Amino acid sequence: MNPVPKTVPNAVRAGFSRGWIEFKNSFTSPGEVIGGYLAMPLVFIVLTLFVGDDTVDGSGTPVAAMVMTGGVSVLLLMLGTATVAQVIGSEREDGTLLRARVAPAGMVGYAVGKTWHLVTMSAAALALMLAPGLVLIDGFAVQGPTGAFTLVWVTVLSLTALAPIGAVLGATLSNPRTGVGLIMIPVIGLTMVSGIMSPISVMPPWLQTVAQVFPVYWSGMGVRAALLPEAHAAAELAGTWQLPQVAGVLALWAVVGFVAAQWVLRRMTRRTSGSRVQAAREKAMQRAY
Amino acid sequence: MADASARSVAREVAHGTPEPAAITVRGLRMNYGTTEVLRGVDLTARRGEVVALLGPNGAGKTTTVEILEGFRTRSAGEVEVLGMDPARGDERWRARIGVVMQSWRDHAAWKVRDLIDHFGRFHAPYSEPGRPRPHDTDELLASLGLAEHAHKRLRTLSGGQRRRVDVALGLVGRPELLFLDEPTAGLDPRARRDFHELLHRLADEDDTTILLTTHDLAEAEKLADRILILAGGRIVADGSADRLSSLVGMHSEVTWSVDGARHVHATDNPARHIAELYRVHGDGITDLKVLGPSLEEVYLDLVRRSESGDAERAAVEFAEEIR
Repeated sequence: MNPVPKTVPNAVRAGFSRGWIEFKNSFTSPGEVIGGYLAMPLVFIVLTLFVGDDTVDGSGTPVAAMVMTGGVSVLLLMLGTATVAQVIGSEREDGTLLRARVAPAGMVGYAVGKTWHLVTMSAAALALMLAPGLVLIDGFAVQGPTGAFTLVWVTVLSLTALAPIGAVLGATLSNPRTGVGLIMIPVIGLTMVSGIMSPISVMPPWLQTVAQVFPVYWSGMGVRAALLPEAHAAAELAGTWQLPQVAGVLALWAVVGFVAAQWVLRRMTRRTSGSRVQAAREKAMQRAY
Repeated sequence: MADASARSVAREVAHGTPEPAAITVRGLRMNYGTTEVLRGVDLTARRGEVVALLGPNGAGKTTTVEILEGFRTRSAGEVEVLGMDPARGDERWRARIGVVMQSWRDHAAWKVRDLIDHFGRFHAPYSEPGRPRPHDTDELLASLGLAEHAHKRLRTLSGGQRRRVDVALGLVGRPELLFLDEPTAGLDPRARRDFHELLHRLADEDDTTILLTTHDLAEAEKLADRILILAGGRIVADGSADRLSSLVGMHSEVTWSVDGARHVHATDNPARHIAELYRVHGDGITDLKVLGPSLEEVYLDLVRRSESGDAERAAVEFAEEIR
C-alpha cells in the first residue's frame, strides 16, 4: 500500500488544536484555575511580605525580589516535573492515551497536543506569576530587552530539560496520585540546595557541587539573570551570570532526557490496552473505598 | 437479525464469489508466563456480520479482541483482520477499524462535540470514494441522539450518554470493522435497550462488520447474527442463537408413566422415542414430559462452574452438551 500523504502534518495540526482546547478547558475547573495558576503567585507574594525590606548580603538586592525570582524558578520546575508527571500518569490510566493510540497517527497528535498544552499553560502561569511581582516588588524587573530575551530562552530550555524528567516519572510511577506527592520530596530538596530561594554560597561546598549537576541550579541562574539587577551577579558562585553554561547544561539535560523519555513513553504506549485501563480503574476504585 | 447475513449472502450471489472475511483466526494461542489464556481459537467474521464473542469473565474475550485490534502480541496462530496481520497493522489499516472503548474519566473537561470532531480529524487523509472520512460531526451526534448534549462537558454526562460518546468515537472514522468490548457494562436497563437499538441501526445502515464481547447471553441473542462461545481458552460453540438452542435441545429427557410406574429415558431424539412409546403402550401412557435444558441453563451452568475455578472441565462438558 502507498503511504497516505499528509497523514503526519494532518496529525500535527490536530495536535495543536488538542493542546489549545485543553488549555482553554483548564480554565473551566475552579480547582485547576486555583491550583494551576493562582496558588503559586499568591504563596510567593505572601512570602515576600514576611521578608520585608531586607537585602541580600554582598549584592544589595532586596530579599523580596530574590524570593519572587525563586518563585518563577519553582514554577518552571513544578510545571516541568510535577505537572507533566501528573498528566502523563493519569492519562495513561484513564484511557486518554489509549484513545490516541486507536486513531491513525493519533500518538503524533497526542505528543504535539501535550507539548502545545504545556507551552500555553506555562506562558499563562508565568505571566500570572510575573505580573504581581513586577507591580508590587522592588528590584524585581525584566532587565531590558536582553533580560526579556534571556527569560524566554531560559524558560523554553528549562521546560525542555525538565519535561522529559516529568514524563519518565509519570510513565513509570504505579500510582500517579500518591506518586506525584512522592517525587515532590526530592524536587523540593533539590530546590533548597540549588540557590533558588537563598544564595547557593551558604551551602557546604560538596552540596554546591552536587546541585550543579542538576538542571534546577542552572535554570534558576538563568531566571535570576533575566529578572534581578546586574549587581546581583556578585552573589553567584562565579561572581557573574554564566549564561553559556546555563544554555549548555540545560541543553545537555534536554537531549539526554528526550532520548530517555522517548524510549520510556514508547514502551508505555505499547503496553497500554483496554484491559490495563480497566485494571487501573478497578485499582482506583479500591483506593477510593 | 438475519438481515445482515442475508445481505452478505445476497452480495456473494451478486458478485459470484464469496467476499474475503473481515476477520480470520486460526489456532490462536496466548500465554501469560505459564498460564494459557487462549489454547487454539478459530473464528471467522464475514463482512457485514454482527458476531458476539460470549463467555464467562476471564474466558479470554478481551485478550482475543485486543490481539485483533493490534494491541497485544499473540503467542502463536494466524490472525488476519481486514487482510492484514494486526501485529503489523499500519496507520491506513488502523483508519479502517473502529474501537469502542470503555470510557472512564478521560477527557472529562472536553465538550462532546469538540472531542468527536478532534478524533475525526485524524481520519481525514483516509477518505475514500464511497466512504468519506470522517463522519460529519453534527450528523453523527444527531444520529446517536447526542445533538442536545453537543456542548456539554463529558464529566456532566450520564453513564448512557457517555457510552454513546464512546460509540461516536468508535464510529467517527466510518470504520469497516468495529470492535465493542462489553458495550453495555454498567448501563441501566433502559440505557441498555436504547443501546441495543442503536447497534441494530448501525449494522443495518453502514454495512459495518461488528465484533462485540459480552458475558450476557440474552444480549448476544438480541444483537448478533452469530454467537461464538469462548470458554476454557477455546471456541466451544459457534452458530446463530437458534442453532445453538436446537443443538442443546438434542440431549433431552423423556419421562412418562405406564400403569402407575414412572420411567425416565435420555435421548437425542425425543420425538422418535415418544412415537415408539405410543406404538407399544398406546393410551396407557400418562404424565408424558420432554425436558430439554435451554441454552440459557447450559450457559449459566458453564458460567457458574467457570467462576468457581472449574473453567476447563466446564468448557469441555459444555462443548459435549452442545454438540
